[in-house]
Amino acid sequence: MANENLQERQETVAPAIELVGISKAFGPVQANKDISLSVARGSIHGIVGENGAGKSTLMSILYGFYKADAGEVFIGGVKTRIPDSSAAIAAGIGMVHQHFKLVENFTVLENVILGMEDGGLLKPSLAKARKLLKELSDEYELSVDPDALVENLSVGHQQRVEILKALYRQADILILDEPTGVLTPAEADHLFRILVGLRDQGKTIILITHKLREIMEVTDTVSVMRRGEMTATVKTKDTSPEQLAELMVGRKVLLQIDKKPATPGAPILEIENLQVVDDKGVERVKGVSLEVRAGEILGIAGVSGNGQTELLEVLGGYQKATGIIRVNGEEIDLTGKYSDGQSRRHRGIAHVPEDRQSEGLIMDFMAWENAIFGYHNEPAYNKNALMMDNLAIRAETEAKMERFDVRPPNPKLEAKNFSGGNQQKIVLAREIERNPDLLLVGQPTRGVDIGAIEFIHQQIVELRDQGKAILLVSVELEEILSLSDRIIVMFDGHIMGERDPANTDEKELGMLMAGMETDGGAA
Amino acid sequence: MDKMPKWADVVLIPLISLCLALIVSGFVVLAIGEDPIRAISIMVNGALSSTNKIGYTLYYATNYMFTGLAVAVAFHARMFNIGGEGQAAISGVGVAVVLLAFDWPHWTIALPFAILGGGLFGAIWAAIPAYLQARRDSHIVITTIMFNYIAAAMMGFLLNGILKNPNSQVAESVNFPAGAHLPTIHEMLAPLGIGFSKSAPANVSFLLALFCAWLVWFLLWRTRLGYAIRAFGHSPHAASYAGISAFKITMIAMIISGALAGMLSINVVMGEQERLIQFFVEGAGFVGIAVALMGRNHPIGIILAALLFGMLAQGGFELQFEYPEISKEMVLVIQGTIILFTGALDYMVRKPVEKIFARLREGQS
Repeated sequence: MANENLQERQETVAPAIELVGISKAFGPVQANKDISLSVARGSIHGIVGENGAGKSTLMSILYGFYKADAGEVFIGGVKTRIPDSSAAIAAGIGMVHQHFKLVENFTVLENVILGMEDGGLLKPSLAKARKLLKELSDEYELSVDPDALVENLSVGHQQRVEILKALYRQADILILDEPTGVLTPAEADHLFRILVGLRDQGKTIILITHKLREIMEVTDTVSVMRRGEMTATVKTKDTSPEQLAELMVGRKVLLQIDKKPATPGAPILEIENLQVVDDKGVERVKGVSLEVRAGEILGIAGVSGNGQTELLEVLGGYQKATGIIRVNGEEIDLTGKYSDGQSRRHRGIAHVPEDRQSEGLIMDFMAWENAIFGYHNEPAYNKNALMMDNLAIRAETEAKMERFDVRPPNPKLEAKNFSGGNQQKIVLAREIERNPDLLLVGQPTRGVDIGAIEFIHQQIVELRDQGKAILLVSVELEEILSLSDRIIVMFDGHIMGERDPANTDEKELGMLMAGMETDGGAA
Repeated sequence: MDKMPKWADVVLIPLISLCLALIVSGFVVLAIGEDPIRAISIMVNGALSSTNKIGYTLYYATNYMFTGLAVAVAFHARMFNIGGEGQAAISGVGVAVVLLAFDWPHWTIALPFAILGGGLFGAIWAAIPAYLQARRDSHIVITTIMFNYIAAAMMGFLLNGILKNPNSQVAESVNFPAGAHLPTIHEMLAPLGIGFSKSAPANVSFLLALFCAWLVWFLLWRTRLGYAIRAFGHSPHAASYAGISAFKITMIAMIISGALAGMLSINVVMGEQERLIQFFVEGAGFVGIAVALMGRNHPIGIILAALLFGMLAQGGFELQFEYPEISKEMVLVIQGTIILFTGALDYMVRKPVEKIFARLREGQS
């Protein structure tokens, strides 16, 4: 695109941002170690790294949430102190957080001017914002209805409001933290077009992500962080996803899982016309029928909030539903006495829930207490009718942690003190080692670092190869495509269609995820 | 990594809070023109200076252990049981009914049945709000408060009606049979040749309270039920994933909590009064909340906190008596300040202490 121009500009103009020797420690943890970084004006700079590599800390320092222990920040060549976020805004830095900071029941305009009103009355500010929004939407495809309530907007549009907010505050430097985590592929592509447009107008963009595809697609330069250090900064066109992954993890990583073709056997899970109405009376699942056979992985793709969560909850036994579900040919209770997690486990269903922090684990419990969570009534874990066999549980947990490479392998450490990847391994070890007939897996690698993703995927495929049925729910299309033997796309509580992973791609799945029919129906 | 060692959490922080509270109370005493040093030394002497006074201190501490444990068990299941007052009051009726039903030959036979009677009545009084919470989503804080009022009214009704001693002017039951008399500490220590005040009310219930503390520890950290209670308390959502029934845990935790609050009547009704009187709980149900808070809902912490509050109660009475310039209300102010600092203002002390430990750790590494 504008690469030649870019290089010219780089030579003449001071970098938009320059960090020199930034260090930050939290107690004994060195989150940032002597980090130096220079981002050219009018470029898109990616920062990749595993969870806990220090990306967020670095950006929080830049945005004034944390104070660096050492180091200096130069904005446009001028040494700048950023003690708080208002100083960051004054320096022309805008931040789009992973979790949006919008007032849901305000209109778009009201959100944009919030905190930037030009006086006691709102009308002049609103008029000014309306005018600016109009200009921006024409220029950058940043169109949003200025009078819509934020709560009625799609996630992609809400994100645009966040960007507009930053631009309204005259940001020259835009930091986006994992911006595509909640977007459909089409929405993500749209976002990238906006970012490219902004760059071409001279804005500087820093994109924090763990998705290598996005880095390759949209950035000009990319920095890799590992364990608090900046390990490399390279031109995007001179690198490859494999090289970046290796830089992130510190060793070679298999990005594509190596698996044999599935040999499906008898149906283990059969669902007929499942319907779920949640506590608020909203219909979440609207007549879903599907089947998972022994020895296959059925992947369910979809933007989160389209009924997949409720489907897993019904199967896990903590959501009421109507319809018919059979496991191993036997119908299970969906509303009565036996529609609870304990009964499901007795039926040979194991469940790695979507949200390990609020469901799969008790964060204040130690690893060994978590390692039996849900199976605490098993005779093997109990000395007698009353007492648990804590010593036996601890010994078993230690062995499990060894097998699943949980670090540190200390059963007495509380769950909250493990990294995301290791927390997930604790859950996975617990569920897989039960040797279930059916494994439900929700978002197995959300917030999990690349090194652990590889391991988790291998474990899931291994279980499949042992002839178990696996139902996988994920919002990561790459994950769905590489793991599944069949793919179902859910939208608005319906099944939009079934596809064969060999004959489909992210684009087609993305359209189905957005509720658009495609003609590749025959799977 | 924990932010600080366990001993700092359980011992150091309450001690700092206590010192702060004493300093603030000292200023209050100073402000009304009295001598804070004298006031504090009277309180400490009043609580500890003789076996008689220690006997009273232990007697109050016993009550607070029971109610503190009651609050803690409910708290581990994420419920705030403010109804200890009412549960204890109603349990007195259970104890009285059991003890008046037979001419008990010996306390060792009477005690188990009294425990059953008191525990059952206390448990029932806690089970109704628990059921309303579990099935009808009525908030347990509101319902347990209401049940305190209902219990108070019930006591008045029963003690002026079917339980009233016809030969007495006041609302009280007839005396329990002599065989139901619980040995006091004096009677327990006398055979060992150890002298202890004859008039102090502390009795064998103190040992029952210690046993209950052990029982609560065992329940929460050694049994399957305790595991489920704690899991539910930390994360009801995760508990539903695991198939732990919210209804069962809510009911069981409150029933245990109510029964523990009910043990207070063993100490007061069976041990000290030897008949049922109307206002025997005397706010111990509420003190239990402060005790549980200060003891960080752990049985060991609760034992220590209960002893402290026992000293405060006994020392407070002595202060009122020995230092007439300091009124009863002033004593309440001092006690209230200590509850405020040790219970409610925990974070004020905790944050700086955590920072100090973080710095110390940095220095080492």
